[in-house]
Amino acid sequence: MSIDPFRPARHSGSKPIHNLDARLKFIIALGFILTTSLAPQGAWAVYILLFSLAFSIALLSDVGIRHIYARAALALPFILAAFPLLFTVTGVPIFSFSIGSLSLTASWQGLERFISISFKSWISVQIAVLLATTTRLPDLLFAMRNLAIPQLIVAIIGLMWRYIFLMVEEANRLLRARLSRSGVTTQNSKKYGGSLTWRAKVAGNMAGNLLIRSLERSDRVYSAMLARGYDGEIRRFKNPPLTLQDWLILIGSIAVLVILLTLGLLLNS
Amino acid sequence: MIVDEAVLFENLNFSYPDGHIALRNVNLRIRDGEKVALVGPNGAGKSTLLLHFNGILMGDGRMRIYGNDLKNGNLRKIRSLVGLVFQNPDDQLFSPTVFEDVAFGPIYQGLSEDEVKKQVEQALESVHMKDYAQRVSYHLSIGEKKRISIATVLSMNPKILVLDEPSAGLDPRSRRSLIHLLSELPQTLIAATHDLALVRELLPRTIIMNGGKIIADGRTSDLLQNTTLLLENGLEPL
Repeated sequence: MSIDPFRPARHSGSKPIHNLDARLKFIIALGFILTTSLAPQGAWAVYILLFSLAFSIALLSDVGIRHIYARAALALPFILAAFPLLFTVTGVPIFSFSIGSLSLTASWQGLERFISISFKSWISVQIAVLLATTTRLPDLLFAMRNLAIPQLIVAIIGLMWRYIFLMVEEANRLLRARLSRSGVTTQNSKKYGGSLTWRAKVAGNMAGNLLIRSLERSDRVYSAMLARGYDGEIRRFKNPPLTLQDWLILIGSIAVLVILLTLGLLLNS
Repeated sequence: MIVDEAVLFENLNFSYPDGHIALRNVNLRIRDGEKVALVGPNGAGKSTLLLHFNGILMGDGRMRIYGNDLKNGNLRKIRSLVGLVFQNPDDQLFSPTVFEDVAFGPIYQGLSEDEVKKQVEQALESVHMKDYAQRVSYHLSIGEKKRISIATVLSMNPKILVLDEPSAGLDPRSRRSLIHLLSELPQTLIAATHDLALVRELLPRTIIMNGGKIIADGRTSDLLQNTTLLLENGLEPL
């Protein structure tokens, strides 16, 4: 998904992953993420198999490996959050050091858990990015509703998506206005740009301004939606029933995921 | 370069990243002090062309503002020469108070506190809004916001004023007072507008655009009499 209004999401007519039914993709992606999260700690063989699977789908999707992996960096916050595990899990110590009165000891068990969590988050994010890149959001929302995800959650995701564009537009207008007035005087000796604190203050004011304007604009958009009968439900033509091929893909994918998960559990025991 | 040349665009072409061609082979020369109207239907390319005057957009072709080639190294200088006033004053005003908004340009230029205050005072005075300095921009009427928007660029002492739809959304009295205000300003003036009555009153030269091209460029009094030309280009004869 892209938030540049001029560069819509990369959709194409004849790509196999793009053309799969959104319901299928949603279930398989969710199953994949669930399997990855449930795979036991330190089941490296399974992680590598899951990664190869994600990588193969990325290749098959024809979206561009670089595009997928640049966005997979979204996993970074999860990895950072897992970092303290290195020191909090007790086990065979690797090294220890102290900061003031605080003494920290890293353990092999902690390291294993940290690497496992990092790897698992990274693979899960790759699949989420793939799902988002190869499926149009309206299709995805509709698929979620079809799969009985509560209306409120689907509406929140849908509105968030709608309003991101409004915010981007508002932000672009503000930035353009600021840029237009960022000139240097013809008396060239002056140092231009203003002080750092002044610029920070202007940026802060702009952020506040953006928030107010986006809120007001979203109110207007919401009123317009209400005026046209919006009640939180997405109404579209019914999705056609899944074909035999769809069912085969779905059952095959879930079988592969179950096998991988079982393999992980067996390896670990 | 002609001595009094303010703007030169030669063979200017521009397309948006989605492939939409917005400007096709635009050739334009404006002299210092000229007052020019840019008219045409929605989507004619007027606003896109306006954004080229200070390099917010940069298409292919030769572009020169007061002898400065429009290129990356020159943009800051050009932006202090060209005051661009956006159609929606809410886009123009991003600071909490009128004073801070009008002071943005001069502070950015690195002027001293006294100079900034002086510039702001002069700018507000020329739009007859001197008493509004400490008001919150957000709570003004559209007519007032429009004047403050003009002050935000006047405070930078620009040589060219570029206005996008200056009279849009104004009530008759605010519109009248804006016309009066614009007629007092000495700068080179370029205004994109649908308000042909304003054009007739204020801007002696008119450029008609349609489909990204300049269709006609001449004296306002002549062009506004050419009913066929106006109708062909989505304009309503007066």
